[in-house]
Amino acid sequence: MTTYIIRRLLWGIVVLFLVSLIVFFSIRLIPGDPVLIYAAQQAGSGGGLTEEYLDKLRVQYGLDKSVPVQYLNWVKGVITGDLGKSIRYQDDVGGLLLQKLPPTLYLGLISVIVSTIFGILFGLIAAIRRGKWIDSVVTFLSYIGLCVPVFLLGFLLIYVFGLKLRWLPIVGYTSPWKDFGLSARQAPMPVVCLAVVSLAVTARQMRSSVLEVNNMDYVRTAWSKGLRERVVVTRHVLKNSLIPVVTMLGISVGLIFGGSVIVETMFGIPGMGQLLVQSIFSRDYVVIQGGTLIIAAMIIAVNLLVDISYGWFDPRIRYE
Amino acid sequence: MNEVFTVPKEPEATSAPRISDWRRFRRVFFQRKLVIFGVVVLVILVLTAIFAPLIAPHDPYLNSLPERLQSPSAKHILGTDDLGRDTFSRLVYGARTALYVGFGTVVISAIVGMILGLLAGYLGGIINAVIMRVMDALMGFPMLVLALLLAAVLGGGLQNVIIALSIATLPGYTRLMCSETLSVKENEYIMAQKAIGSKSIRTMVRHVLPNAFQPSLVLITTMLGNVILAEAGLSFIGIGIQPPGAAWGSMAAVGYRFLESQPLLAFAPSIAIMLVVFAFNMVGDGLRDALDPRLRGTL
Amino acid sequence: MTAQGTACDVRPASELLWVEDLHTEFRVEGGVVHAVNGVSYTLDEREIIGIVGESGCGKSVSQLSVIQLIRNPGRIAAGKVWFEGVNLLDYRPNGAEMRAIRGAKIGMIFQEPMTSLNPVLTIGRQLTESLELHLGMTRKEARDRAVELLDQVGIPSARTRLDDYPHQFSGGMRQRVMIAIGVACQPKMVIADEPTTALDCTTQAQLLELMLSTIEGCRGALVLVTHNLGVVARYAHRIYIMYAGRIVEQGLCRDIFYKPSHPYTIGLLKSVPRLDEAHGRRLVPIDGRPPSLIDMPPTCAFLPRCLEAGERCRREPMPELKAVEGEGHMVRCYMREEGAGE
Repeated sequence: MTTYIIRRLLWGIVVLFLVSLIVFFSIRLIPGDPVLIYAAQQAGSGGGLTEEYLDKLRVQYGLDKSVPVQYLNWVKGVITGDLGKSIRYQDDVGGLLLQKLPPTLYLGLISVIVSTIFGILFGLIAAIRRGKWIDSVVTFLSYIGLCVPVFLLGFLLIYVFGLKLRWLPIVGYTSPWKDFGLSARQAPMPVVCLAVVSLAVTARQMRSSVLEVNNMDYVRTAWSKGLRERVVVTRHVLKNSLIPVVTMLGISVGLIFGGSVIVETMFGIPGMGQLLVQSIFSRDYVVIQGGTLIIAAMIIAVNLLVDISYGWFDPRIRYE
Repeated sequence: MNEVFTVPKEPEATSAPRISDWRRFRRVFFQRKLVIFGVVVLVILVLTAIFAPLIAPHDPYLNSLPERLQSPSAKHILGTDDLGRDTFSRLVYGARTALYVGFGTVVISAIVGMILGLLAGYLGGIINAVIMRVMDALMGFPMLVLALLLAAVLGGGLQNVIIALSIATLPGYTRLMCSETLSVKENEYIMAQKAIGSKSIRTMVRHVLPNAFQPSLVLITTMLGNVILAEAGLSFIGIGIQPPGAAWGSMAAVGYRFLESQPLLAFAPSIAIMLVVFAFNMVGDGLRDALDPRLRGTL
Repeated sequence: MTAQGTACDVRPASELLWVEDLHTEFRVEGGVVHAVNGVSYTLDEREIIGIVGESGCGKSVSQLSVIQLIRNPGRIAAGKVWFEGVNLLDYRPNGAEMRAIRGAKIGMIFQEPMTSLNPVLTIGRQLTESLELHLGMTRKEARDRAVELLDQVGIPSARTRLDDYPHQFSGGMRQRVMIAIGVACQPKMVIADEPTTALDCTTQAQLLELMLSTIEGCRGALVLVTHNLGVVARYAHRIYIMYAGRIVEQGLCRDIFYKPSHPYTIGLLKSVPRLDEAHGRRLVPIDGRPPSLIDMPPTCAFLPRCLEAGERCRREPMPELKAVEGEGHMVRCYMREEGAGE
């Protein structure tokens, strides 16, 4: 088991390294002299665009070094926690991220929990009542869930609950520590938007997983012992079915991060998604670099945890 | 004892009649009503895109400020947007964008991805390692974030969105082709061929493609839906196709601002997107069921 | 002697199981598969019967039908399963009565040891759950009993291995565990469906001996389902030969082997190598393949492969089981009926 964990860990680091390469070099692909971009943001600093000024900027941003060296400097910075200075905010990127992460993580975590639990539940029910009406409903709804654009969900929820019924506030985010009541009313709509797609994916996977496990010989053995349905399902079917569904967790987190880009824009939530979008428009490449790296790192970490958790589910892996 | 048995006179008098593959495919494929519905929607979509100028009653780009934000009327079936443009016409032309992006992306990423996968599987060794690790890295991003990153780098606009999405969706095809190639490589027939000396990439392709055909087809139809959703998302947040271009995603973004007064502006393009993605997924499912080798040769 | 096909009210006192005219069918794309097409057999206390036939003849399905483990798209269409005087088919498949019988009164041993055990549960747990359920033991009692059972089936270091997982056992070991599970609650009868087919020869012999002695030890009866005549020859008291969903011959073990009657039985025997025969006899396989069980013609199912077939066989519908020489010896063949010429 330990070798398994170590192998996966190393793996994660390799992938993270490649991710950083992709992030770094894709930014460098942008045509034009990057220093001009940095300079353009500094309008009003009184310097005018003299060559000296540009040179000063180059040194300041480390652009006078060769590209591979720039990369290494960046990586060094990342490891020590210095992700550079935002061009737009003139602020430490690390600090910026720390500010913007909590809303995304908070809503994201709730969404992951909701979508996983309900996805597993619905998928299980649909499978053990296969062919009955509940199965058709769940299957159809999870199908729709895959096809629905995130913003359509947002529109529906906002229109019904925000505008017409006026039950829930439409925009804004408040930390639950500050004002729990308001936070609790602001949260449901974004969470639903975020959770639906991964709920659908999870439910589908769970359903097909349970159906497959149901046909396994060991389930037949369980029945032949005279165990009741509830026991067969919880003791024999469930744990085996969850194994492929646990992989879904990694995918769910990815979907939710992706969705947060749209959801935060729509609901005015000052999180990572919104930060990324704004940075793209303001050409704040330092932030884009740091932000995407952090997101990718988190996803890799989640996948790593998921892989490790396989050991608990499947003893065969534990004893490898 | 004497021998009691010889070859029976008539062969399998009681075996089931054989149904031709194509007829069975048609039968299974059209079995579900929803699949038929999906096909119908897709046909409508394609026709709308092709005959857009004929179907759209107005010029989708024509501003007409006095007529802005109107509700549905005889003149404007779905009302007008914030600049007085006819929503219905923009919806119709949006079909073109959707199909263009969808097929453009899928074709590019499928071809490039499959070539990469084939190379990775066939050449093995370090090339395999490099290609597959890069794919893993690409998959380390949520698709939308990656597409965002690439679109930011490349700039907005239709072409760049297609390129960005193509890159973001490469890994699926690459992994598929790679695993198919590897399993064919292990196949004894190929090993036998190798033994007699013909180990060429042409042989590889000839054997891999038929096996990979079905799963690729299924992957492609799934991806079509995802790509259209992703493009809609990108346009919605402002990257990708922007007004005056008629794209459903950006139409929805505009509509969002007027959700209370003119909800149709937001809902119409969003529902169009959902219908189209639904149709692609349905057809993909239908194809998967109809092509499934387990259904070959009914009991 | 048991009377087949007659509505005899007087059943022998020692009779444990009487499967009466069982019909099980499966609805599939091409039609309806009559997997079990009117099968009847009996089992007495402590008796061993063999049900022999090729793959697809319905022997496994018939056993699953007895304990009502048939699911969609299959269903038990007709028949009765008399067990200890009660028709099991009257019970709901998942009702309390049926569940009380499964595992407790009727044990089952399946064919595939590699896949018949739950990979995420310990062997111990898979044994104790029956014991706790049917015998009302506590966890501790059940574990102790499980150790005894594992000992009995020849698993070394049983106490430690109780907490091991299936993948840590070899195929032969796993099948021993399956035997332990099958007899855990000291059932009145055990159904063993091809219990040794998936194993190598030496293990097969060992395991059969083990199974038989274990069942004998708890005074149970055994239904041995197999395609291997050699296996039943040694152990079974009576044998039923199945073909295409029906029983085509039945009788005492020695009658089946020394006075086989049905052409199919004869063919089966000729295709099996024997130690005691003359060197150089050619093994004669039965040509052709088993019929598809959908849309079967009304005539004898074995007709296409039978060389003894006569005019009557081609004209008339499926023959009935009729008595021939030997105690309880019956055959389903026109060519063996009295007055049938060759």
